[in-house]
Amino acid sequence: MPNPVIFSVNGPVVKVRDTNAFSMMEMVYVGHCRLIGEVIGMNDTETTIQVYEGTSGLMTGEPVEPTGAPMSVTLGPGILNNIFDGIERPLKTLESVSGAFIGDGIDVPLLDTEREYDVTVKVKTGTVLQGGEAYASCQETSAILHLCMVPPMLSGEVIRTVKDGKYRLNDEIICLKDAAGQEHSLTLCQRWPIRRARPAARRLPPSRPMITGQRVLDTLFPIARGGAAAIPGGFGTGKTMTQHQIAKWCDADIIVYIGCGERGNEMTQVLEEFTALKDPRTGKSLMERTVLIANTSNMPVAAREASIYTGITLAEYYRDMGYHIAIMADSTSRWAEALREISGRLEEMPAEEGYPAYLPSRLSEFYERTGAYETLSGREGSVTVIGAVSPQGSDFSEPVTQNTRRFVRCFWGLDKSLAYARHYPAINWTSSYSEYLDDLAPYYEKQVNPKFVQYRSEISTLLKEEQTLMDIVRLIGSDVLPEDQKLVIEIARVIRVGFLQQNAYHAEDTYVPLEKQYLMMKLILHVYRRAQELMRDGTALADIAASGIFELVIKVKYDIPNRQPERFRTLTQQIDATLDGLRTQKKEVL
Amino acid sequence: MSIQYFGLHSITGSLVVLDHVENAHFDEMARIVLADGTERTGRVAMLEGDKAVLQVFEGTHGLSLTNTRTQFTGRPMEIPLSGDLLGRVFTGAGRPADGLGEVVSEKYGDINGQPLNPVSRQYPRNFIQTGISSIDCLMTLIRGQKLPIFSGTGLSHNKLAVQIVQQAKLAQDTGAEFAVVFAAMGIQNDVADFFRRSFAESGVLQNVVMFLNLANDPIVERIITPRCALTAAEYLAYEKHMHILVVMTDMTAYAEALREFSSSKGEIPGRKGFPGYLYSDLASLYERAGIIEGTEGSVTQLPILTMPNDDITHPVPDLTGYITEGQIVLDRGLEQSGVYPPISVLPSLSRLMKDGIGEGYTRADHAAVANQLFASYAQVQDARALASVIGEEELSALDRQYLEFGKWFEKLFLSQRFDENRSIGQTLDLGWALLSLLPKSALDRVDDQVLSEYYRPEAGRALIEKERGSNG
Repeated sequence: MPNPVIFSVNGPVVKVRDTNAFSMMEMVYVGHCRLIGEVIGMNDTETTIQVYEGTSGLMTGEPVEPTGAPMSVTLGPGILNNIFDGIERPLKTLESVSGAFIGDGIDVPLLDTEREYDVTVKVKTGTVLQGGEAYASCQETSAILHLCMVPPMLSGEVIRTVKDGKYRLNDEIICLKDAAGQEHSLTLCQRWPIRRARPAARRLPPSRPMITGQRVLDTLFPIARGGAAAIPGGFGTGKTMTQHQIAKWCDADIIVYIGCGERGNEMTQVLEEFTALKDPRTGKSLMERTVLIANTSNMPVAAREASIYTGITLAEYYRDMGYHIAIMADSTSRWAEALREISGRLEEMPAEEGYPAYLPSRLSEFYERTGAYETLSGREGSVTVIGAVSPQGSDFSEPVTQNTRRFVRCFWGLDKSLAYARHYPAINWTSSYSEYLDDLAPYYEKQVNPKFVQYRSEISTLLKEEQTLMDIVRLIGSDVLPEDQKLVIEIARVIRVGFLQQNAYHAEDTYVPLEKQYLMMKLILHVYRRAQELMRDGTALADIAASGIFELVIKVKYDIPNRQPERFRTLTQQIDATLDGLRTQKKEVL
Repeated sequence: MSIQYFGLHSITGSLVVLDHVENAHFDEMARIVLADGTERTGRVAMLEGDKAVLQVFEGTHGLSLTNTRTQFTGRPMEIPLSGDLLGRVFTGAGRPADGLGEVVSEKYGDINGQPLNPVSRQYPRNFIQTGISSIDCLMTLIRGQKLPIFSGTGLSHNKLAVQIVQQAKLAQDTGAEFAVVFAAMGIQNDVADFFRRSFAESGVLQNVVMFLNLANDPIVERIITPRCALTAAEYLAYEKHMHILVVMTDMTAYAEALREFSSSKGEIPGRKGFPGYLYSDLASLYERAGIIEGTEGSVTQLPILTMPNDDITHPVPDLTGYITEGQIVLDRGLEQSGVYPPISVLPSLSRLMKDGIGEGYTRADHAAVANQLFASYAQVQDARALASVIGEEELSALDRQYLEFGKWFEKLFLSQRFDENRSIGQTLDLGWALLSLLPKSALDRVDDQVLSEYYRPEAGRALIEKERGSNG
């Protein structure tokens, strides 16, 4: 059979006729300039390949070269504090090769092969190693210790090791002899196919929240470590902003930020900001424990489709070392559109709105790769995904939002009208939900305060009540409401402005620890109860409002620093004194 | 190279198919010569075996299966580039349209461009003063930004675009030259003429490059018009180190051309018949705005689109909004009540604003006044909605104050004359004076220190007195 050559070219889709040189999902080189591609379909006459780079200038008859391996990424030290494109090509290296604009057919090593790491070898000759066990470690960045692990499917006896010392990525560290007597040379890195989940020993139930320091998330709609959340919202509602905030402040060990089909300037901003931001946990730059994957909207669409898988594969690799990883995927809608675009080029039968019928199964495959796990070597690690969804026309009934909803347990719906009123984060408290509440209740009760969950539900009830009352107010005005209902509206305003609204640009308010979140809820509910008492005794709501205590509570988020929770006590006393004053005045009048 | 192919295999819409083709490259250009000697340009849209599918930019009218000779050029679509582009007028396909002859090129540029590496970008931070209060204060334009105007048919978007071009001024004048690239896609002759006249009157015509694809020009050419314009803009910005403002109008006509072309290729349609790749396609235009780290020069985009039926959820404004860094939304209600520019403040936004305002850029209090104006104006809308149900008399005192504030805000802040150029200082002071019409306790987005410095009820009252005085 002759060597495979290009038969047809249509955008990113290339077809090859009459060959059986390829296997499904195999990575191939297309054309004389060796563009990277992947086999995505075959039948008796044609093999279909999607190309991850621009196909301008390709000719029919150019060669297509098989590589014998599925589309894979290189896993090893050098991933963190770096920025890659959708197929793990380092953008900084691309810049040095092709300048400010990204050219095609550039073949660069995925990870730095020249850099030397201080490697500590953890095994001796004769040790028997199973898949997933660490044989060496090195300090990848100042924040993260990198473990080199035996690839999951391999096991055997160590027959050779090197001494501790400085080694480069592709230097042999140990040599393993498997049961069949075959020798395997293990270096600092390994390859793994992006579309296959890395195996783990067993899945653990969600039991601990991923703390983000954002009140509306941590208190009202918490996400578990190893959970999955969707942030749907029209343009300008703050999806990206919310993801930035979570990435900056959440208590994950490592952040994987995937810019999938989004703006170039946004990735530049993330890179600049995260580099400059001092990580509260390590005191170093946040980039030391972050990896960025940038496949902006004008970069090739097939690589956009792959970027999500590349990101989650990197995350699983660090999970296997026993780290907790948070993935920000911005935006999964662009990924779905990439699927649709390629599906269209393949002339597949479309389902809803032109999306392929396999959209739900692809989405579920992706979201099911999240979770808290016991790894093969008995460590505990997790992968949490926060996926932004950009619904067309802000319509949550469109296929990507609807299908995503089925596979995530946390839904943070962004609301245009809140965003227009500059209520940030614009997370709508009626349409959002978290199914992790019950799983996480024991943690909150034990670690923060036994009353936390009770207070949360009281706050939530007040907001719900306000919504019902506002329906009436919108029709007939607020004057007709009885006093106690007016109080509900007033307290709900305090909750909305003082608790739910959070200022990302304010030094104290950008991140709030759980304890302060609890104390704020407690204070708000305390004021509510005291006001109810006073009003039962005949004090008018207008007088209580005039005393300024509601404004005082609203400004607590700015006035009491995170590190001085004891000041809540004095503030409560001060408010009590004010309210007692109102009561005595009332009595004097009588 | 000199192989010529006689005749065609088939013709559908603007697509022609050639067979027995050898060595054609995907995306390359071809020259099609008709029997009468006229020449058309085509681009390879698909290759399959020995068949090549070409899209013909000037349209396929007059073509038959036998009257053509086709020759492949071996090059992608390119336009000649040089500093002499300034002051010239071209067709939508980049050919001279002003009778001044071909451009003497310093180099040729592939109109499709290449994606800018995110690592090589510089994050835009420099404020461009447009002299229009609502834009400068509430949706600040930043150099290197893409900020579209969402408009409707019959609204004053063209006037606004011209005013921005005339008044735009960089806050930190770096000495680099400023120029405008204008791309017209499917707009009427009159509109194109309005822009040309306005540029001439304000004396900037020598610094404008125009690419005109008018409403009666072929739609396939419309698809390459913005690409020609952006290629010129990138050349002037990154190689001639100028600050370029690209005005592209009308993006809806562009997207419709894309739809027409897509359907003639028999592609599976997405929403409202637009092709599934509309997002990627629009992004390949909008993402060409930006600044390259370490070089002087920038590309700022001001695309204009008309929302069909004023519907902001229509695919074109919707997808645009997801790609661009904010939007300026015009409102028919405001236009009808005589407000110019009729900018609807609440849905408008500039995403890059937060890093380009404040101390060192505009003024330290900018963020505070902008946030508070947004929040208070949102309250105005609520109060108006309530008033329309229960009547103004029944409103609470505070709600009545909001109505009053809203009225003056629209009259004094939003409205300004076509030739009125307000400095950022004037704009911010005006904002504070108007906010001072509201009680201090209602201004909950500003911290007390800033508030005590800028809250001046007497300034607000004086402003209204003056306005009443000038009318009486």
